[in-house]
Amino acid sequence: MAQQPDLTIQSPQPGHLVVSLNGSWTLHTNPPLPAALLAQLDDSVHHLAFACGGLEDWDTRLLIFLRTVLTAARKRHIEIDLTSLPPGTQRLLALSEAVPEKATYTQTARDFLVTRIGRGAIALYAQILEVAAFTGEIILAFFALLSGKSPFSARDFFYFVQACGAESLPIVTLISVLVGVILSFVGAVQLQMFGAQIYVANLVGLGMVLEMGALMSGIIIAGRIGAAYAAQLGTMQVNEEIDALRTMGISPVGFLVLPRMLALMLMLPLLCIYADMMGILGGSFIGVTMLDLSLVEYLEQTRKTLHLSQCGQGLLKSAVFGVLIGYAGCLRGMQCGRSALAVGEATTSAVVTSIVLIVVSDSIITFIINM
Amino acid sequence: MTAPVPAITVKALTMAYGSFVLQRDLNFTIEQGDIFVIMGGSGCGKSTLLRHMIGLKPPASGSVWYGKENFWELPSEDRDRIVRTAGVLYQSGALWSSMTLAENVALPLLHYTDLPAGVIGELVAFKLSLVGLAGFEEFYPAQLSGGMRKRAALARAIALDPDFLFFDEPSAGLDPISARNLDDLIMELRESLGATVVIVTHELASIYAIATNSVFLDSDSKTMLATGNPSTLLRECTNATVLNFLTRGTGKREVRTI
Repeated sequence: MAQQPDLTIQSPQPGHLVVSLNGSWTLHTNPPLPAALLAQLDDSVHHLAFACGGLEDWDTRLLIFLRTVLTAARKRHIEIDLTSLPPGTQRLLALSEAVPEKATYTQTARDFLVTRIGRGAIALYAQILEVAAFTGEIILAFFALLSGKSPFSARDFFYFVQACGAESLPIVTLISVLVGVILSFVGAVQLQMFGAQIYVANLVGLGMVLEMGALMSGIIIAGRIGAAYAAQLGTMQVNEEIDALRTMGISPVGFLVLPRMLALMLMLPLLCIYADMMGILGGSFIGVTMLDLSLVEYLEQTRKTLHLSQCGQGLLKSAVFGVLIGYAGCLRGMQCGRSALAVGEATTSAVVTSIVLIVVSDSIITFIINM
Repeated sequence: MTAPVPAITVKALTMAYGSFVLQRDLNFTIEQGDIFVIMGGSGCGKSTLLRHMIGLKPPASGSVWYGKENFWELPSEDRDRIVRTAGVLYQSGALWSSMTLAENVALPLLHYTDLPAGVIGELVAFKLSLVGLAGFEEFYPAQLSGGMRKRAALARAIALDPDFLFFDEPSAGLDPISARNLDDLIMELRESLGATVVIVTHELASIYAIATNSVFLDSDSKTMLATGNPSTLLRECTNATVLNFLTRGTGKREVRTI
C-alpha cells in the first residue's frame, strides 16, 4: 500500500520556505491541493526550496501541483530552488514551459445576435450557390454522357442498379404487402357496414397504384440507398478521394454522382410497379380471408378499376422520387466536411432532405395532375 | 538468481489472416526502459505485430507476456488492466473528431480516475503544454495541422502516465524537423516518465537516433531475421536483407550520423 501523500512546510530561516513532499503523489492517490502552500507565499518569503527525501512515487499529479506553485511564486518574484526535485520532474516542467505553438488559428468568439443572423444569411446564400452549382454540374455531366465524353463507368452503374434494385426487393416486399393489408383492413371495416366489401379492391388498387406504391418504395429507398450514397461520398470526401478525382481532371459528378442518380431513376419505377403488385396481393389476402371474396373476384374488380394512366401517374412520381433521392444523397455527400462527425450529419441530412422532397413533390404532382 | 523479468516477451508468435501466414516464430524480449523498434519493409506485418501486443487482435498462435503474465490467456478484466498501463499513438493520430483536444485527452482520465474536474482540467492543460500545444484545448482535431494532430494524439497517449508507450509510424507524414522534434519528445518522455517504448517505423534516421533494441521482420522468409541494437546490427549483422535495409540498399556499413 502506497503511503498517503502529504506535504510539510518549514521555515529554517526568515524568508526561506522549504516544502517537504512525502508519500506517493499519483493520479490514484489523493495529494493535498496547493491552496495551503499558496497562502503562505506572502511578501515576507523570498526563497522557495523543496525536499523530496520522503517522496516515493510521482506522476503528472505532482507536476500540476508544482506548476501551480511555481507560477504563483514567479509572480511574486520569489527565488525558486528546484535542484532537489527528481530530475524527471525538472525536465518535464522545463518541457511544458518551452515556447508554445503560435496560435495561428483564432478561436471564434460568440457573436452578437445581429452578427449571427447576418452570418447565417451569408452562409445561406453561399449554400444556395453551391446547390445551384451542383445542379448545373449534374446537367453538364448528363450532356457529356449523352455525347459520350463522360467518365461514366458501366461497371459502377450496374453495381448501383443491383444494390437499389434487386437487393431492395425483400424489404420492399415486406413493407408493401403490409401496407396493402393495412389499407384493406381500414377500408373493410367501413365498407362492410354497407355490404360493399367488394369495393375494398378498388380502395387498395387505387391507393397503391396512385400513391402508396411510389411513396413507400421512395421512402424505403431514401433510407436504404440515399443514406448509403451520402455516407459513401462523404467518406470519399474525408479521404480526399474526391479531390484526387478533380486533380486528375475527372469530374466527380460525372464519375460518382451520375451513375448513382441514373441507377435510382431507372430502378425506382420498377420497384414501384413491384410494390403496387405486392400491395394488391396483401389486400387480396384480407379480402379472401376476412371478407369471403374469391381471389378471382377480387382481382377482376381491381382490373376493372385501374386504368393504365393511373399506373403512369405512379410511375412518373417514382421516377421523380428516384432523381430527388439520388440528388439529395449525392449533394449531402459532396458537401460533407472532413470528419467522422460530418459523415454522420451528411447521412442524416440526406435522408431528411429526401423524405421532405418526396412528400412535397408528391403533393405538387398530384395537384397538377388532378387540376 | 532472480534475473529481472523483461517488460514484454514475445514467444513463438505466429501472425495470420485466415490461412495466410504473415509471420511465424517470432521470439524477442523488450526490457524495462527500452526504446524498441519493430522494423521491416512495407507489408511485412509490423503494424499487425503491434496490434497483437496492444490487445486488438489475438495471435494465431504463440504468446505475448507482460512481465510474468501471459496476456492472451488472461481473463478480459486483467487484459484491460494491462492495456490501461499502455498508451498508443496511432498512425494517423486517431483523435476523436467530434471532441475538442481537451476532451480527447480528458476522456481516459475521466474514465479511469475519480479526480475532480478542476484537477483533470489542469492535467489536460499540462499534457498539452508538454507536447507544445498549450492554449489549444478548445480546438477540434480538424482545425489543426498534421504535425499538431500527431502531438495532440501523443498527449492523449500519455494522459494516464503509461508504463508502456506504443507508436505506429510516429513520423509518417511529418517533415524532417517535426519528425526529429517528435523523436526528441519521445526520448524526453521516456526518460522522465520511465516508460518502455515500442515503435513501429522504417525511418532509418529515427531508428539510429533513438532505438536501444529492435527486431527486423522480413516478408519473404515470413519470420524475423535479426534482433538487437540497430547500430550493432549495422556493424555486425551478416544477413544481406537486414544489411540492405539498414543501409538503404547501398550495402555500405558506414555509421550514419544524424
